[in-house]
Amino acid sequence: MRKSWWKILGVLLLVYTFIAGLLIEVPRNPQLQETIRNLFFHVCMWMGMMILFIVSFVRAIMYLRTNKHIHDIASRQYAGVGILFGLLGYLTGAIWMSYTWIDSNKSIFNSFDTIAREPKLIGAAIALLVYAAYLVLRDSIQDIDKKARISAVYNIFAFAMLFPSIWIIPRLLDSLHPGGSEGNPALDPGSASANMRLVFYPAIAGWTLIGVWIATLKIRMKIIHEQKLSQ
Amino acid sequence: MKKLITIFTFIVLAFFANAQNVKMADVMKESGKIYVVIAVMLTILGGLVLYLIRLDRKISRLEKNK
Repeated sequence: MRKSWWKILGVLLLVYTFIAGLLIEVPRNPQLQETIRNLFFHVCMWMGMMILFIVSFVRAIMYLRTNKHIHDIASRQYAGVGILFGLLGYLTGAIWMSYTWIDSNKSIFNSFDTIAREPKLIGAAIALLVYAAYLVLRDSIQDIDKKARISAVYNIFAFAMLFPSIWIIPRLLDSLHPGGSEGNPALDPGSASANMRLVFYPAIAGWTLIGVWIATLKIRMKIIHEQKLSQ
Repeated sequence: MKKLITIFTFIVLAFFANAQNVKMADVMKESGKIYVVIAVMLTILGGLVLYLIRLDRKISRLEKNK
């Protein structure tokens, strides 16, 4: 194992998250009840996704400045793990909302039409689809240098699309999700108590470190693979 | 005055009733079964981490052998 202290730190933070996340006292919110603990899991997926996309964006710029192939590989793998985290965030959100957003006066099918109009869901779907197109675009170009350059430029565009789709528009519109037209979707001091934040911030760090670990493994695998091909 | 006190009492009572009525997993925590969930989650986490560690080792070996 290479440079393992931060990997151990990430695992320890997650162990802490899993234990403290289920045992600490949480606010008694009549709508959320115990599901408020999903803050340590569902929300952390999105925070991890944003951090991984930022890393991918930085590596894309570094590729364009230096033309070193390693930055292109890194940019691609960080984006891949970011998409994985985003999909997990979407799936966990779907589970969470089907127990807390369903209107008990309507059938599940009928309450779905308000849920489908959620600006946050649509924004997150747009962001993920833009990144999915990044993968498709990359694989459609044969020439290695062209592939690297075009996908680095597209990566910068995809990152720019995160601003309206998940950071600006969802905050302007009313929504069932916390942090609609007021406040912040994830870090609102009004919705999480102080001891929840004691678990929440380490949880973000832990999940992100695991994501970075997976990305570095994939980068190293890709490098070995390309060296084999060039032999 | 009497009316005011009555109203105030009702408000306080309603507040407490509301605070108590939020259903949480209190029984589960009392019986200690929540630890079972933690054990299951930690096992899954442990399995995933072991998988990552093995993968990391394997890649390190490949990097040395090239």
